Amino acid sequence: MTLDAPSGEALLVCVGPGPDRERVVRRAARRAAQTGAPWHAIVIETPAMFALPDATRDRIREILELARRLGAQTATLSGDDAVAVAIAYAREHQLGILLVGRDRYRRLPWQHGFAEKLARLAPDLELLQLARDGEEVAVHPFSRMQIASGGSGWRRYPLTILIVVCVTLLSAPLHARLDLANIVMLFLLAVVFVAVKFGRAPAVLAAFLSVAAFDFFFVPPRFTFQVHDAQYLVTFGVMLIVALVVGQLTAGLRFQATTALRRERRMHALYEMSRDLGRALSVKQIVEIGRHFIQQTCNASATICVPDSQGGLTLADGSCSLPGVDLGAAQSIFDHGQPAGTDRIAGVLYLPLKAPSRACGVLALRADGADWGLSREQLPLLDTSATLIALALERLHYEHLARDSQMRMESERLRNSLLSAISHDLRTPLTVIAGLADAMSLANPPLSESQIGMAHAIRDEVAHTITMVNNLLDMARMQMGNMVPRREWQTLEEIIGLAMAHCGVLLEQHRVSIDLPEDLPLLEVDTGLMERVFSNLLENAAKHTPPGTRITVTAWREEGWIAIVIADDGPGIPAGMEQRLFEKFTRGRHESTIAGFGLGLAIVRAIVEVHGGTVRAENRAEGGACFRLLLPAGTPPLFPEEPESDSRHSEGG
Amino acid sequence: MSDHTQPAMLIVMIEDEPQIRRFIRASLESEGFQIVESETGKRGLIEVGTRRPDLIILDLGLPDIDGIEVIRDVRGWSRVPILILSARDTEIDKVTALDAGADDYLTKPFGVPELLARVRALLRRAARPHAEDAPLIRFGEVEVDLVRRLVTRRGEEVHLTVIEYRLLALLIANAGRVLTHRTLLRDVWGPNQVENTHYLRVYMSYLRRKLEENPNVPKYITTESGVGYRLVVT
Repeated sequence: MTLDAPSGEALLVCVGPGPDRERVVRRAARRAAQTGAPWHAIVIETPAMFALPDATRDRIREILELARRLGAQTATLSGDDAVAVAIAYAREHQLGILLVGRDRYRRLPWQHGFAEKLARLAPDLELLQLARDGEEVAVHPFSRMQIASGGSGWRRYPLTILIVVCVTLLSAPLHARLDLANIVMLFLLAVVFVAVKFGRAPAVLAAFLSVAAFDFFFVPPRFTFQVHDAQYLVTFGVMLIVALVVGQLTAGLRFQATTALRRERRMHALYEMSRDLGRALSVKQIVEIGRHFIQQTCNASATICVPDSQGGLTLADGSCSLPGVDLGAAQSIFDHGQPAGTDRIAGVLYLPLKAPSRACGVLALRADGADWGLSREQLPLLDTSATLIALALERLHYEHLARDSQMRMESERLRNSLLSAISHDLRTPLTVIAGLADAMSLANPPLSESQIGMAHAIRDEVAHTITMVNNLLDMARMQMGNMVPRREWQTLEEIIGLAMAHCGVLLEQHRVSIDLPEDLPLLEVDTGLMERVFSNLLENAAKHTPPGTRITVTAWREEGWIAIVIADDGPGIPAGMEQRLFEKFTRGRHESTIAGFGLGLAIVRAIVEVHGGTVRAENRAEGGACFRLLLPAGTPPLFPEEPESDSRHSEGG
Repeated sequence: MSDHTQPAMLIVMIEDEPQIRRFIRASLESEGFQIVESETGKRGLIEVGTRRPDLIILDLGLPDIDGIEVIRDVRGWSRVPILILSARDTEIDKVTALDAGADDYLTKPFGVPELLARVRALLRRAARPHAEDAPLIRFGEVEVDLVRRLVTRRGEEVHLTVIEYRLLALLIANAGRVLTHRTLLRDVWGPNQVENTHYLRVYMSYLRRKLEENPNVPKYITTESGVGYRLVVT
């Protein structure tokens, strides 16, 4: 990133046709490595460059590629004046040092070397010149040909007059030797030169002046505007027309070339921005890149607003507020997604940042100067840059989402494999112990009565331990937060049936009565988890009430809920414990000898809550405890009713 | 089973945990079965191929090949009963194994009495291969005459709908085996309905209300949590 780097040590290398270009590049890479500052290598395609032999130009491209591999940011620019382009590039990218090869020996006193020109035109930039060595490259003669860079303003007109005067003076001594037709040619040449150099209006001036000068100084009678021979009028006419047309054409060409150059620069800026955006890793960087681009192409300050999690706009990370930027106005453009066009609100232009899938924010611009008119070319440029910024923001957004979900999946996978490893390693030995104890009691020859009793005791204890391990593992799973119930439409009857089967022996000495209405709607629950809920509740009732206690299970439909109550007529819950019962590692009676960690009810609550329901414990007025569950009723799926027909009659014997 | 006039029943046990093999062998041998152990699936397949056992006990988590592969291989050429041993929390594995052709499963940790009961039930079923041969089926107070399509309970006729009867007939044809949700839905409602498990839940509750003494604590039409249903015939 050139943007955040200190500009002091940042280097610029211009790769040109000079002989020491490779040394310059390598030197720059070395220096950049020492200082840690970024460096850029550029090739400036001047018209002179195109005149170079192909081999030389290929070589230049290779050197640029070398620079890129060595870590430079590279670019190919074009312009008439390599020196001006290089200086502009250095300023734009805040590169403080220019590293150049030594200039060639001068051939003529007015020929200035590249380095010399640089030094003259950019006294604020540091200039490092490399020591010379080795070869000299022959420069193609056309390399001197330049399309003039053209001055501007009023100074063009006196210069035009001066040129015409010069041509007149030069032609004067030749008057005797040259045909008048050839002198006309000299004037036409002057017009073309002026058109190339100064543009349209001076060319028109030159055309008229030339005709006048020609008439005055060369057409007899000389030194008057009178013309004796009428045929000179044709000469004047043709001369004027040719001068005007040639001048127009040349000036038009020059204008087009300038426009093309400007467009090329904008495209390059756009290209650079999109390349930088492609590499941006944070919103802050995107904001910085966008701001830099707009500053550079539109001479305006920009800020970017992005939506927060509630959809309200805030200034994006790294963008500072601009005077006159109104978040309310930005919000309305963001919400309606309307392009604000060229309308400005309090001097600020708002552009929505629209990516294919969503609106990413709003770009707000304010002119740096007082007067600011956006040209026809700048507006589409702004639109394009807004789209690029939006795409970059969206890419960042999705990258973020993808990274998050991948991390979640990864950690979930890890937790699950850890849990199943623990569960496997704990259960296998427990299975073996219980199994061996069972096998002992079946051994041949048979064991004594008391030995068989011991074997059974071992098995029962292992069974308890297995239950506790299961509870702990379940709790761990739920604690990890991502217990997602696998919901299916299920009858409560079947769930209670499973729980009853699971509790089997435990409930043998209790009287359980289950009373479920036949028309109770289906429940959308995870069968396995709900089975745990009722087994735990029934187990709880069995463990904490004396034998012979009556346990009743009832259910009914309530406004949007299914209520299920498991009640007993045992000793009830100790006062004040009703809610604490559902906390982890809590047991109703501390001195109790009943085995367990007190996890059963915590698991019940966790499962019920993950299903969107509630569970409450209370003492009944008539004595005993009562657990009351509420589960959301939902909308059971439609069920194709079977016509009430008897199997025997409809399908035959 | 250990009738002295007949050779002992042969069981091939494919299980990688030596301690589990040990207690299963001890328990089954004390009941008069003959046991061949195998530590790996490949070895197990060779034992099954050469010894032609009466029953296979197969652990799903084997070190070399997936237990499901063993089932598919055996089912390619034999109807020998297969009893699956599987870890908890893997209903999917159980269902896959049953759909692949296993007959029953036990979830670790399991007790020896449970194991013996399953082994006996499977061997009994194998000895009586065709349910159609016994047109009159009894469980509890219920009697089903498959020829006349007549279902009675305590001597009184029970009216079943077409689907209820089909479901019951399917359970009877596979008495003692676990039928997965998928199998039941496919065979009763058709292959397009295999996802609609709630049909099954509702019809099972209808059947239980008509046939069970206490439909809330079913004795005959039992639920295998997350897997399917089984008709328990004693």
